[in-house]
Amino acid sequence: MKLLIKGGRVIDPASGKDSVGDVYVSDGKISDSFSKPEKTIDAKGLVVCPGFIDLAARLREPGGEYKATLESEMDAAVSGGVTSLACPPDTDPPLDEPGLVDMLRRRAKALARARVYPVGALTLKLKGENLTEMSLLAEAGCVAFSQANVPLADNQVLWRALQYAATFGFPVWLHAEDASLARGGVAHDGEVATRLGLPGIPPFAETIAICVILELVRATRARVHLCRLSTAGGVELVRAAKREGLPVSCDVGIHHVHLSDMDLGYFDSNCRLAPPLRGQRDRDALARGLAEGVVDCVCSDHTPVDEDGKHLPFAEAEPGATGLELLLPLTLKWGAAAKLPLALTLARITSDPARILGVASGRLAPGAPGDLAVFDPAAALRIVPEALKSQGKNTPFIGHELEGRVRYTVVAGNVVFEG
Amino acid sequence: MQRNPQLNANGELQHLLSIEGLPRELLLQILDTAESFVGVTEREVKKVPLLRGKSVFNLFFEPSTRTRTTFEIAAKRLSADVINLNIALSSQSKGESLLDTVANLSAMHADIFVVRHNSSGAPFLIARHVKPHEHVVNAGDGRHAHPTQGLLDLFTIRHYKKDFTRLTVAIVGDVLHSRVARSLIHGLTTLGAPEVRVIGPQTLLPAGVESLGVRVFHDMRSGLKDCDVVVMLRLQNERMRGALLPSAQEFFKNYGLTLDKLSVAKPEAIVMHPGPMNRGVEIDSSVADGPHSVILPQVTFGIAVRMAVMSIVAGN
Repeated sequence: MKLLIKGGRVIDPASGKDSVGDVYVSDGKISDSFSKPEKTIDAKGLVVCPGFIDLAARLREPGGEYKATLESEMDAAVSGGVTSLACPPDTDPPLDEPGLVDMLRRRAKALARARVYPVGALTLKLKGENLTEMSLLAEAGCVAFSQANVPLADNQVLWRALQYAATFGFPVWLHAEDASLARGGVAHDGEVATRLGLPGIPPFAETIAICVILELVRATRARVHLCRLSTAGGVELVRAAKREGLPVSCDVGIHHVHLSDMDLGYFDSNCRLAPPLRGQRDRDALARGLAEGVVDCVCSDHTPVDEDGKHLPFAEAEPGATGLELLLPLTLKWGAAAKLPLALTLARITSDPARILGVASGRLAPGAPGDLAVFDPAAALRIVPEALKSQGKNTPFIGHELEGRVRYTVVAGNVVFEG
Repeated sequence: MQRNPQLNANGELQHLLSIEGLPRELLLQILDTAESFVGVTEREVKKVPLLRGKSVFNLFFEPSTRTRTTFEIAAKRLSADVINLNIALSSQSKGESLLDTVANLSAMHADIFVVRHNSSGAPFLIARHVKPHEHVVNAGDGRHAHPTQGLLDLFTIRHYKKDFTRLTVAIVGDVLHSRVARSLIHGLTTLGAPEVRVIGPQTLLPAGVESLGVRVFHDMRSGLKDCDVVVMLRLQNERMRGALLPSAQEFFKNYGLTLDKLSVAKPEAIVMHPGPMNRGVEIDSSVADGPHSVILPQVTFGIAVRMAVMSIVAGN
């Protein structure tokens, strides 16, 4: 299929290119110009850029089909311009054996929408006791290994896991949260939690865990990606670690660059997230760190939760929010507030996560995968549950009007979404 | 900013969920109304017909005898029908969700839900889902709020001290887990008490407690100095099981209220306790039963205050 996307504002964050022009896709790849396209998209007034890459989107398969299905969430992904996503291993059962990973990849491939990159479990059943068969899992398609949000309390197991992963060069993605310090907590340990009478998670639950991980990285030289930073202190630790030359990277969830614990309001369970929304100083440090590149990229941390999981008192509500369809507008909102050029803003959801994932997509160079998003940066998007394709309808941004509407999503040269 | 979910469009009290955010005039209206009910509870016929034909559902998701009983008495003195539900022992243990339980009871035509729940914010969730003519009164949610207790504490303080604007009030003990402390602090700061103190070890004070408008003391004697009102909080035995406190004896040594420690407060200081008391843990019997104690009048006033709250919300 020969596809021409004509006359759009073409932005390639990887090269810094930002100019009006045409993009050609043939045989599923970005190509040089050709005549006689089979399909032409008129992109006048629209931005054409690499499809978005989301390092954390829960699809709830296997085991959570009452919360979401692969079909619904892949629809959500492409309608949000997301063409590649990594899914954490905290499914039921967890992604800890090659057969499960293989099946998930096949199911995703058959749907022919976004590309799915499974993240394998670091330990069996995510129990933090025995290592998984990382080499076999990698062969089945796992791009990294992780505990998702499940704590790994035993530092000896963490040390061995990093040694083993480093042996084969497998990246390890870790949520930095000290399990004992976070125990029982549901909100940032600060003035808001005190006022609402919610058990707190202190910020040093994160920074202490990062210090432990960084020491183990020094010892093992494992490649570690820190997932969903939430504190100002965490950003500073990563800054210092990068300066030192340690092989670490990190990301932040899109909610955490916009919201703080103040947004809990009167116990809004849509703001029950993991890690918790922290103070305004933390939020500002995360937004700044993302602009500076200390925080490498931003992800949706898409977590569909059904109504029953949210219609509960705050502490009992299931953590998480829907995010795939909000990733673009919320990233644009962050970039505009930080006064960043559009190419740099988009880098955080294209070329930067591509680098961490180790994939060739996320750029527009000839030969790169033909994954593209075409969007109208100024079109209003009203966030209402009925309009969301995801089965997860819960987000702190319900009722908000945001800017940035995806018009076309292209994966491997095929138009998979038109809106 | 969301509208305060306790108030209706006219700014009147639709539900009582927390003292925080209630305007001064509203608090005074409740206290004044309660004043008029004190007379009723002292009469031979202790009933007024204000809630005749109305149903009050006592929904206790957490065990309680005292608070449930005082709500029951208050509702009956207003001539309401009272239905007590001990949910801890029934539907919840069968897996029914909180909102399903409330929807079922609502179908039985409730007018007022009195709710106690061990999870902070649960009454807010219920209030968002009840019908417009139904009212929710929070009888204690997690660590968050216990507004009728806070109001009866305010009522007691006003009864003995008249004017809030010259008072020094100390709240002593387990502030971290105390919904009573949070409600009272909001009430006192709203009514203009110039100095509210909290006294306790760091392990029992929540993060950033100063932001509630209180001064923090760790030493009992400096904290109690020249106080007009001393409020002792209940210390639950289970606090000794974690790493918060070494023992009840050691807590009593540092923070238990004795006549000796009380001697640094003003001579006419009053001593309050929300009950039930742990004698010899947070308070010595000589203080609990002594001339400074107003602990039993608190219980009596509690009924008048709960009558006031239920009659006001039912009228809005």
